[in-house]
Amino acid sequence: MVDLILALVMLLNFALLGSGRIRVLIRTAAMQGMVIAALPLALGHEHGTRGVVLALIALVIKGFVIPAILLRAFDRLNIRREVEPFIGYSASLMLVALGTAGGVLVGRHLPLAPEHAGNLAVAAALATVFAGFLLLITRRKAITQATGYLILENGISIFGLTLVGGVPFLVETTLLLDLVAGVFVMVIVMNHIHRAFTTLDTRHLASLKE
Amino acid sequence: MIAIALLLLAPALAALVAALIRDNARRPWVLPALGAVHLAATLVAIATRPIAAHLDDALVASLWLRMDALGAVVLLALSVLFLLVGCYAPGYLRARAERPNRVLVVCAAVFLGLATLATLSQHLGLMWAAIEGATLACAPMIYFNHNQRSLEATWKYLMVGGVGIALALLGTFFMAYAAIASGHPVELTYEALIAHGTLSEPWVRVGFVLLLVGYGTKMGLAPMHAWKPDAYGETPGIVGALLAGGMTSVAFLALARVVGLVDALGQGAFARQALTVMGLLSMAWAAVFMIRQNDIKRMLAYSSVEHMGILAVGLALGPAALPAVLLHLLGNAWAKSALFLAAGNIHRAYASKHIPAVSGAILRLPISGGIFLLGFLAATGTPPFALFLSELGMVQAAASAGAWWTASIFLTCLAVIFIGFSATVLAAVLGDSDAPEPEPHLGDSWRTTAVPVVGLALVLALGLWMPAPLRHLFDEAVAAWPSRTAAVSLSQETLP
Repeated sequence: MVDLILALVMLLNFALLGSGRIRVLIRTAAMQGMVIAALPLALGHEHGTRGVVLALIALVIKGFVIPAILLRAFDRLNIRREVEPFIGYSASLMLVALGTAGGVLVGRHLPLAPEHAGNLAVAAALATVFAGFLLLITRRKAITQATGYLILENGISIFGLTLVGGVPFLVETTLLLDLVAGVFVMVIVMNHIHRAFTTLDTRHLASLKE
Repeated sequence: MIAIALLLLAPALAALVAALIRDNARRPWVLPALGAVHLAATLVAIATRPIAAHLDDALVASLWLRMDALGAVVLLALSVLFLLVGCYAPGYLRARAERPNRVLVVCAAVFLGLATLATLSQHLGLMWAAIEGATLACAPMIYFNHNQRSLEATWKYLMVGGVGIALALLGTFFMAYAAIASGHPVELTYEALIAHGTLSEPWVRVGFVLLLVGYGTKMGLAPMHAWKPDAYGETPGIVGALLAGGMTSVAFLALARVVGLVDALGQGAFARQALTVMGLLSMAWAAVFMIRQNDIKRMLAYSSVEHMGILAVGLALGPAALPAVLLHLLGNAWAKSALFLAAGNIHRAYASKHIPAVSGAILRLPISGGIFLLGFLAATGTPPFALFLSELGMVQAAASAGAWWTASIFLTCLAVIFIGFSATVLAAVLGDSDAPEPEPHLGDSWRTTAVPVVGLALVLALGLWMPAPLRHLFDEAVAAWPSRTAAVSLSQETLP
């Protein structure tokens, strides 16, 4: 069951790198975040109210708050809807496939605790981190780069699932708060980029170099 | 206990007050006031540390906060730096009255609070959260000038810093998983992890590499320093000083704690190799880019890359070099305040930060030009400044450990950097100035020069005389270093 959900998360990586529309991209990233946030509830790991509350907060933040901030910025900035990659979609998909294979390989070679042996958590986490990183470096628009950052964070939180109860409530909520603050700051900067250059194309951000 | 509470609450309160003050001219006075309170609380907290040890245990249990010697030194560096920058800020922001400064002042206070939290944190996760927050608080400060170039710098800072800090989180989780994979319950305080003795080797190693890359990005170690020249180059001197002396020092503390942890878990040799390579690479990289660098602020950024490399190399030399490393950290933080603020004065008076537009600064701005020149000597480790002693200490430690390659590459880089740095500084400070005289309000005044003079004097004083309490703090940091070798030698001493 867990592996099925994690496989779905990995499939969503392909959907993310293959999507050409920014709105779809943001929604898919949100869906991925929600699936990951809901995973501990589905697993039944979290019996106490603490875990349930935390999962619900994560669900709301990753599924609704952050996508809402990004989509609002997207609508208001009135930008062209295409993703505009530096490398083609098929090449991106090939790279995700390679990253996923790499994640599975690394996951096999690291010694896992008995309860995680044979499970896809490590592979899914690494593959998703890689997909986020790929989106971050191969796309031109600031808003797509910010989404890439979100996916990277999704990957890290998959790994966080293996540490059931190990990360204290305070730290985990701070983590989510940091994420929201980060996206918020990014959107503000995006607004300014758009005002200064009338586009979100980060290729314009290239006057500082040696 | 009260002092620690004050350390954390004062910045929060100051941020609130700054947000509520409407007058653009009065608001910056929050910063020197906050700096003074913070430094007083820091000194009290350091002085009462032995008395408050039992209270500390309660804090560690409930909030994972404790002031240890290592954290205390970094906090001292940060607090003094913040007071210096805070005293300079009202004068500077008055000269920049055309820009609203609410965001800058609020973010500076928030940054101080979160950086303080990071120095007190004894928990890997809390440390990460505090550093991430401090990173975010710096972004709006970098964008203070609101032009296209500062915007570019801010976006790069956010993206590079964001990825770095995300990798540090993954590394933190890997460390936690190392405990699970070895059959222990997860616990992310340093003490609990160290108490396990040994943990699953692959996880600890991969976790360390991720943490090194993550916090190394925040420190600005090569090759993850891409954000640094842009951010330092486009931001006001006060923000540059806070980043170069404050943010990087706190990131270094995070890395030092991780190295101590990995050392105690039996992977110290691996960690040291990685650190040495990264440190020497940073120094070499900085040396290459400092030759013929004609932008004085970018020059300071590469100097910062160099000093972070030096700190990394020193950290790799183990507890024996720790006093030198801590002295270097203090000297670097305070020398940076003098250099960045003097560079800011020069930048304003010439309306340029590039050679050859900037030339003959000593004639037009006698004090700022002089500070820039002396600051260069301090930053390159010329005697009698403190950084000379610390670099000497590291070379001695390397020599006594038989690390001849490290020592020779280290010294070669220092020599190249001295030459490259001096060419730029001499061209900017000496030489003829054919540019018109600056407008009177842009010339040197006590408002713009007193603070860098004090910063420089501190670095000089530290090179001539080491106060006894500071020496105790250094010794304590060495004694508390959680390495296996230290544990072995201690147990040998206690045996009859």
